[in-house]
Amino acid sequence: MSPEQHQTQEYISGSRLERVLRAGRFAVTAELNPPDSADPQEVYDAALVLSRVCDAINATDASGANCHMSSVAICALLVQAGYEPVMQVSCRDRNRIAIQGDVLGGAAMGVRNLLCLTGDDTSAGDQPEAKRVFDMDSIQLLRTVKIMRDQRKFLSGREITEPPRLFLGAASNPFVQPFDWRPLRLAKKIEAGANFIQTQYCFDMLRFRKFMERVRDLGLDEKAYILVGVGPLRSERAAEFMRTKVPGVVIPDEIVDRLRKTPKSQKREEGKRICVEIIQQVREIKGIAGVHVMAYRQEELVAEIIEEAGLLPRPRRPEAPDTDPFKRDRKWKRESGKQ
Amino acid sequence: MSFGSWFRDRPRLLEYAYRGAYWLFERVDPLLKRLGYARVESWIHPLEKLGKKVIFDCRMCGQCILHSTGMTCPMTCPKNLRNGPCGGVRQNGRCEVKPEMRCVWVEAFERSHKMPYYGQEIKNLQPLVNRQLEDRSAWMTILTGEDQNVPSGWEDVSELTILDS
Repeated sequence: MSPEQHQTQEYISGSRLERVLRAGRFAVTAELNPPDSADPQEVYDAALVLSRVCDAINATDASGANCHMSSVAICALLVQAGYEPVMQVSCRDRNRIAIQGDVLGGAAMGVRNLLCLTGDDTSAGDQPEAKRVFDMDSIQLLRTVKIMRDQRKFLSGREITEPPRLFLGAASNPFVQPFDWRPLRLAKKIEAGANFIQTQYCFDMLRFRKFMERVRDLGLDEKAYILVGVGPLRSERAAEFMRTKVPGVVIPDEIVDRLRKTPKSQKREEGKRICVEIIQQVREIKGIAGVHVMAYRQEELVAEIIEEAGLLPRPRRPEAPDTDPFKRDRKWKRESGKQ
Repeated sequence: MSFGSWFRDRPRLLEYAYRGAYWLFERVDPLLKRLGYARVESWIHPLEKLGKKVIFDCRMCGQCILHSTGMTCPMTCPKNLRNGPCGGVRQNGRCEVKPEMRCVWVEAFERSHKMPYYGQEIKNLQPLVNRQLEDRSAWMTILTGEDQNVPSGWEDVSELTILDS
């Protein structure tokens, strides 16, 4: 979006992520690996490393259909500690009643960013016997939350007294078939209500450039902020695992070969270098608003990657002196004269 | 190749069949109304179930959108997606959940290109499924208008207006 547009539109949620993106800064978000534990300290430890180098922290909702601490709970802990979470909601485990309730609950706790996902199938996880729900899909979920936020009502039409102020996100995977359909699906998501997009891991630059060309032709990059998913690969074995076992991840042979040719002691370093190179290439592409770093079980590398990609320092409190979302809300209401 | 996929790979033929059936049902609607929809449904239901099962592997969701999804039943997608493919499609175009099956939406997208009348409807934003209509006859719910019953809070967006603006 152009700077003029930024000034004419009022903030949707007032989230830190929204402010960074609106200000035209190249945004950085990172994924927190959810603990298999009931100890909040594990969340705080992981968040501390990430918060210094990113604008918002994604709390995954049993990604890969593996059970971990819930995203609602992680978000509650993060908000309490003053961090900015992106609450991920997947349609795999809950029906429309549960999800609408969680959206309200999350917003009440101070969550201001919501990422709406369809979710990996149960068969991808360690409990494939579980019942899959998929009562709605990600696009219907986006629309539902948009209605809750903008029309102040549930799907049933029943009124919501205080609407959830949420910056709505959606995922996009440009790297899988049907390729021609992917930009149209992105358009559908934006039509349904997406304000920002976080993509699947980007390793195939050629495919991604083609995708972005079409996205720009359709003018979609001006209607939502697109953050590109990136992450380090530990070794060629990890790459092989990801591209065969993790649904939707595509890694070209060149990258796997490059890791294979690297001596064992330098593989981690090489994986990190590849990630930094991808970030640098992505920054050159028109219409990209930021990156989303996903480093599964390699959180310690996230800070190094973001630093080496030249994305530090992060704007600490862009335009908003208040980190407390409720304080921001009251200020927003005062200024906009809203009830 | 199964009997059903022979038909499914001829979306134009199916499109004509759909238009013909729709025309016919509209003509006999007053008669069906006099006979009582519930009674007619009890006759038609087994026929519809069998016919659609053989051709489309129909799951009897009771709110058929086949003509909007390239004559490919979206309920055969393991995730029941009605708005397009998920991000888990394999490189060979097969399903994330059932590797032996081609992605429903890869096929739907290919077939919709061959459909002159309804091909564009694949871009429509489909509302949530009304689970109360499960195992009802979609032919009847279309005539009674029940298939258009969306949650009252839902705001219809049928077309991608952002692409025009």
